Amino acid sequence: MNYFDQSLSSIHEKLVNKEITSEELTKQTLANIADVDKDINAFINVDEEGAVKHAQAVDEAGIDADNLLSGMPIALKDNLVTKGFTTTAASKMLADFKPIYNATVVDKLANLNAINVGKTNMDEFAMGGSTENSAFKITHNPWDTTKVPGGSSGGSAAAVAAGEVIAALGSDTGGSIRQPASFNGVVGMKPTYGRVSRWGLIAFGSSLDQIGPITRNVEDNATLLNAIAGHDEHDMTSSDKEVPDFTANLNAGVKGMKIGIPSEFMAAGIDDAVKQTVLDAAETYKKLGATVEEVSLPNTEYGVAAYYIISSSEASSNLQRFDGIRYGYRAEGVKNLEDLYVKSRSEGFGDEVKRRIMLGTFSLSAGFYDAYFKKAAQVRTLMINDFTNVFKDYDLILAPTAPTPAYGIGEDVSDPMTMYMNDVLTLPVNLAGLPGMSIPAGFADGLPVGVQLIGKPFDEATIYQAGNAFEQATDFHKQTPKMGGNN
Amino acid sequence: MSERISENQVNHVAQLAKLKLEADQLPYFTEQLDKIIGMFETLSKVDTEGVEPTTSVSDQLNTMREDIADNWNQRAELLDNAPDAENGYIKVPAIIDESGDNE
Repeated sequence: MNYFDQSLSSIHEKLVNKEITSEELTKQTLANIADVDKDINAFINVDEEGAVKHAQAVDEAGIDADNLLSGMPIALKDNLVTKGFTTTAASKMLADFKPIYNATVVDKLANLNAINVGKTNMDEFAMGGSTENSAFKITHNPWDTTKVPGGSSGGSAAAVAAGEVIAALGSDTGGSIRQPASFNGVVGMKPTYGRVSRWGLIAFGSSLDQIGPITRNVEDNATLLNAIAGHDEHDMTSSDKEVPDFTANLNAGVKGMKIGIPSEFMAAGIDDAVKQTVLDAAETYKKLGATVEEVSLPNTEYGVAAYYIISSSEASSNLQRFDGIRYGYRAEGVKNLEDLYVKSRSEGFGDEVKRRIMLGTFSLSAGFYDAYFKKAAQVRTLMINDFTNVFKDYDLILAPTAPTPAYGIGEDVSDPMTMYMNDVLTLPVNLAGLPGMSIPAGFADGLPVGVQLIGKPFDEATIYQAGNAFEQATDFHKQTPKMGGNN
Repeated sequence: MSERISENQVNHVAQLAKLKLEADQLPYFTEQLDKIIGMFETLSKVDTEGVEPTTSVSDQLNTMREDIADNWNQRAELLDNAPDAENGYIKVPAIIDESGDNE
């Protein structure tokens, strides 16, 4: 089975009606992955044995008719720890790492009897926007296998777009769910910071990281966020705010809604086809009864600098734990303890990770802290104020997700500055801790283009409502890649 | 020629981060870091006088739990992930250099 014409509810119906068992569904999914992933490389490790065993247990206990995830195969980004099953964060550093506990989101899905079919490829430690920085393989975009799938959740997005799985989890520190969702023509939600527990997410930038769902449509996405959201005593930054049913208002429409398009997000450097996609989406929203107006987020141009200082500083701190002692890669032939640290880290980390660790160490070091880290944290405050001002008058912000459609494999990978500038439209959302979702909104030269809906803190429900209204009025999400190109 | 960070400074930062750059990597990393730091410096244009820095957007501060000891009994599983272990302990190379010649 591929998942091109399926939704969580259509598969659930088949499971409930016993047209298919979870074991059969899981085995068909594994066979499909084996077939398709030869060209896509979306998975680092597939858990054939564990998945089938879990599916058999679910069949034995009976499919829960009230739980859409019961017996449902789902993929996980490989920076979410899974008890007893290899979790690498796409790094040589963790190539053989078997966690001794589950991330909270993994437990939540397992408790709902979703089946973990495997772990998806990503940029090493989530640092990158193309999934070319993986220590193990490069993932290919299903729409054109010469193109990148985006990143860092490129494996998760490509797996869903290629019909290998119905849904996957990713993580988003500066756009790592939304940008690959845009490049692959799928729906990707970065929830409000604190909406989902980060316990068991291998940390990159702790004040920015958030886990979220990647799916074929908005309703499935809302269903999956229902499953993973909520306070967790293991993560003190997870919010104790009540979690609404994100599927409840999906069909409420956008009549009377006020949507702003930030002029700074439509400025020079954004591909014309991408701009046109946003303008077309705005027209659709107007036809559906929303007001769409230009707004301003004046500090947008400083976002990239502020983001890379803050995220690299947090990364340099988080990645100090990889020392070759307790777990992870250990270098051979070392002379003493210092040598062990230095050699293990130098051999275990890839270049992009080293670059970010050094940038962070530099930004936090004596003499530079005020000019870099503190300044970036102050600019972050100004950027939050910009969003707060807009949200006084508007319900949502509509913007491009990425400056361009997917680009060629190998095109930008050796130029970190170009790569960093590609995040200009997504990372302000992380700096402000807001929810943002990319939905399929058009095509440019056969490649999908997504638009981003940004909401007020903890107002994912309005994003889903507007996303669903757009989806009902268009058919971009229904189009599927002719695997390998010629779309 | 780099303007904002020198090869010596990059080496120093790498040392602080417990990383070693090979001689052929040093110019490459220096040039890239120099460009990126140049981009960082665009922030100097922003007036941040009197602006409070934001280090976390979470409103969940100082959530405390009961201080209850819990032995997770996972010693064996933890040691399975250690690169080298002996008699229930993680094994590392000697910390003290007994030769006295720093080798």
